[in-house]
Amino acid sequence: MHVPDGFIDAPVSVAAGAFAVGAVAVSLRGARRELDERTAPLAGLVAAFIFAVQMLNFPVAAGTSGHLMGGALAAILVGPWTAVLCLSVVLLLQGIFFADGGLTALGVNITVMGVVTVVVAYVVFRLLTGLLPRTRRSATASAFVAALVSVPASAAAFTLLYWIGGTTEIPIGKVFTAMVGVHVLIGIGEAVITALTVGAVLAVRPDLVHGVRGIAAPLKLRIDGELVDAPAATRDPEPAPAHRSARGFWITGLVSAFLLAGFVSFYASADPDGLERVAADQGIDEKVAEHGAADSPLADYGVGDIANARLSGGLAGVIGVSATVVVGTGVFWVVRRREEEPGEAPRDRDHENA
Amino acid sequence: MGAGHAHKLYRHGPSPVHGLPPHCKLVAVFCFVLVVVCTPREAMWAFGLYAALLAAVAAVARIPVGFLLKRLVVEVPFVAFALLMPFVVPGEQTNVLGVSVSVPGLWGAWNVLAKATLGVAASVLLASSTELRAVLLGLQRLKLPPLLVQIASFMIRYGDVVTDEMRRMAIARRSRGFEARGVRQWRVLAASAGALFIRSYERGERVHLAMVSRGYTGTMPVIDEVTADRTQWAYAATLPVLALAICLLGWTL
Amino acid sequence: MDPVTVSPKDAETAAPSLEVSGLAYAYPDGHQALFGVNLTVGRGERVALLGPNGAGKTTLVLHLNGILEAGSGTVRVAGLPVAKRNLAEIRRRVGIVFQDPDDQLFMPTVREDVAFGPASAGLRGPELEERVLRALKQVGMEEYAARPPHHLSFGQRRRVAVATVLAMDPEILVLDEPSSNLDPASRRELADILRSLDVTVLMVTHDLPYALELCPRAVILSEGVIAADDRTQDLLRDQELMRSHRLELPFGFDPGAVDIPAP
Repeated sequence: MHVPDGFIDAPVSVAAGAFAVGAVAVSLRGARRELDERTAPLAGLVAAFIFAVQMLNFPVAAGTSGHLMGGALAAILVGPWTAVLCLSVVLLLQGIFFADGGLTALGVNITVMGVVTVVVAYVVFRLLTGLLPRTRRSATASAFVAALVSVPASAAAFTLLYWIGGTTEIPIGKVFTAMVGVHVLIGIGEAVITALTVGAVLAVRPDLVHGVRGIAAPLKLRIDGELVDAPAATRDPEPAPAHRSARGFWITGLVSAFLLAGFVSFYASADPDGLERVAADQGIDEKVAEHGAADSPLADYGVGDIANARLSGGLAGVIGVSATVVVGTGVFWVVRRREEEPGEAPRDRDHENA
Repeated sequence: MGAGHAHKLYRHGPSPVHGLPPHCKLVAVFCFVLVVVCTPREAMWAFGLYAALLAAVAAVARIPVGFLLKRLVVEVPFVAFALLMPFVVPGEQTNVLGVSVSVPGLWGAWNVLAKATLGVAASVLLASSTELRAVLLGLQRLKLPPLLVQIASFMIRYGDVVTDEMRRMAIARRSRGFEARGVRQWRVLAASAGALFIRSYERGERVHLAMVSRGYTGTMPVIDEVTADRTQWAYAATLPVLALAICLLGWTL
Repeated sequence: MDPVTVSPKDAETAAPSLEVSGLAYAYPDGHQALFGVNLTVGRGERVALLGPNGAGKTTLVLHLNGILEAGSGTVRVAGLPVAKRNLAEIRRRVGIVFQDPDDQLFMPTVREDVAFGPASAGLRGPELEERVLRALKQVGMEEYAARPPHHLSFGQRRRVAVATVLAMDPEILVLDEPSSNLDPASRRELADILRSLDVTVLMVTHDLPYALELCPRAVILSEGVIAADDRTQDLLRDQELMRSHRLELPFGFDPGAVDIPAP
């Protein structure tokens, strides 16, 4: 789904670039907090891993295959900050050395494939692991859902950018249903592989799965006949407790979501007939179905399977509603958490230069 | 993202383009692509001139045309996308070889094809005339945050190591009669991916130990720095400046 | 990076390169790996550290430059105690060559990798270049300075790994399984290099003939303590001792029948 040059117009590319720079800057600070001086080697190796895994082709059916995007996987395995850094570096180097994704579209690519997949996957994952019992099975299931949601979410983000700054007027509803529809299918593949991979890591080195730190029951001490939590003793200097960094992360995520939404509604009001036009153009489905260039490599890249628009439209609706519910619950949860721990000291700012 | 080895893209050769400092080249290519993207699509002749400019750079850099064209394959998916546009974009219809297509769709297809192709060609020229290491130094010089440069540097250093590990695992799988045919084999592939992650992460920890053992305290010592003088900047600026002139002409004509 | 806490130069020269006394260590999960290690390595000595898997060899090595902190007991390097305040100087003095050269060579080119240690210590410019060149010459790899490490053969990578720590002018060179994965020719080349160096060497290994060839003295670490400390040849000849610590000589190898090259 690497977006090339000339696909999104210059102002939106620049805006997306600015957004990506901000996201990376925030992630640099966050990753420093989580990994301290180990950030560079660990994130570098994880980036190399993502790069390798993206080359691993998963056969889907006779003849076709897909590959992992890796956003959800990275977010769950190494945490959101490091994941954003890793994916950004991978995309940067792909853009420079493989001409994979345009240089001016780098901001768009980082935003869509790096930030959105990671944020969505991590929020969904933390939410589900928070709600479900703390077992390996539910962690795997949460990974499945997180990856499943993250891929169409990234497609939706792309559609949004295309709507605001696409260089060609394709009815946006059509782009949306096609993009999200196709990516729901891709998302299923991504979800299965992500869940299985997370499961495989959990089975061998559960301590390495960032998203479920502390899945093992805490040690207990018996004091005066009552069970008390033993102070945690770990080998590495304990990284910031997950929920603390997660909270900052959510706030950042929500704020950026609101910003984006505001940005969008501004444009939307400037171009009010964008959505209405969609309704008029439903006749095109048949034409494209005849044209039949639908499957093939294109399926990976978006507007492919338009013949299935109705089915995918339905799926997209379901996804959209669940995403809304998920976000709504997320807001509620964050608010509740804030109320639970009111007197917490402000987080110590690290002086590291990001 | 094709076949792995990044350094295969690089074509060694003494040429004025190879000799330019990497950060000048990065800035020049970026500005060039930005200018191309900003050009109105109706000015078709402008894109022809851009292509001629790139061809001139390729000639100066002594990069064979065949090599360049082969690398352009990267954009094939988007060619397909662009070819679809005339059929899905609404608007005034016209007849091309007996098929009814839309005019704005044709313009859209042309726009994406021309700009994306020029963008890819420019990137390929950059990649084939600049070493990996030099690009990192250039990014560092352009004030990319040091941590990001370090991550990129580790990724490049260990990209091959990790890919090799993956390849060895694939060979081990195949030697035991495994063949990835469909969905049912996903579990095995995912197990390999999981193992690959653990190996990569643990290697990251060992690398960190090795770094700490040699006095690492969180910042990389700057061993090499690239510099550029005014002539080199001027030389590198030729490409984007000419392109800008073409672009402005395109807007006014 | 100023070696602020270094003791006076003359006192230093008298001190042995390495002095470990009463070192005990348990991992945070409760597993105890070292149970009071005592080991002294004199200046210029070459000592082999032998022991079965799980004896605590790696744990011991990680104490030598302060990556692990002693639970009890002390480690001194040329008289300087391994402690938080001395870490920078300790890590300059103790050069550890890890088992996998790919872990050790993390920079994009050989030259930068060898320069990493001295540059971290603050060296710059021609002085740095000179140091890098000298270290690469010591291992015979000066022609490869501009190469990326992954373009070298395994044996070459191990030699560069040795150069990366030599560039820091270490007091003691600690090698973890230096002969593993080397073909016979690379093995011999490395042995020649190690013999030519004028530096204290502690070599952790399973490769008993290699230990015999390079190290006049050997110690056996078993169950977290030094179980034996003697001339390498005598240790290897003591079949009872060897067997009790799960150390086995290669088939047909008779430690009594080889000529040991002069130390």
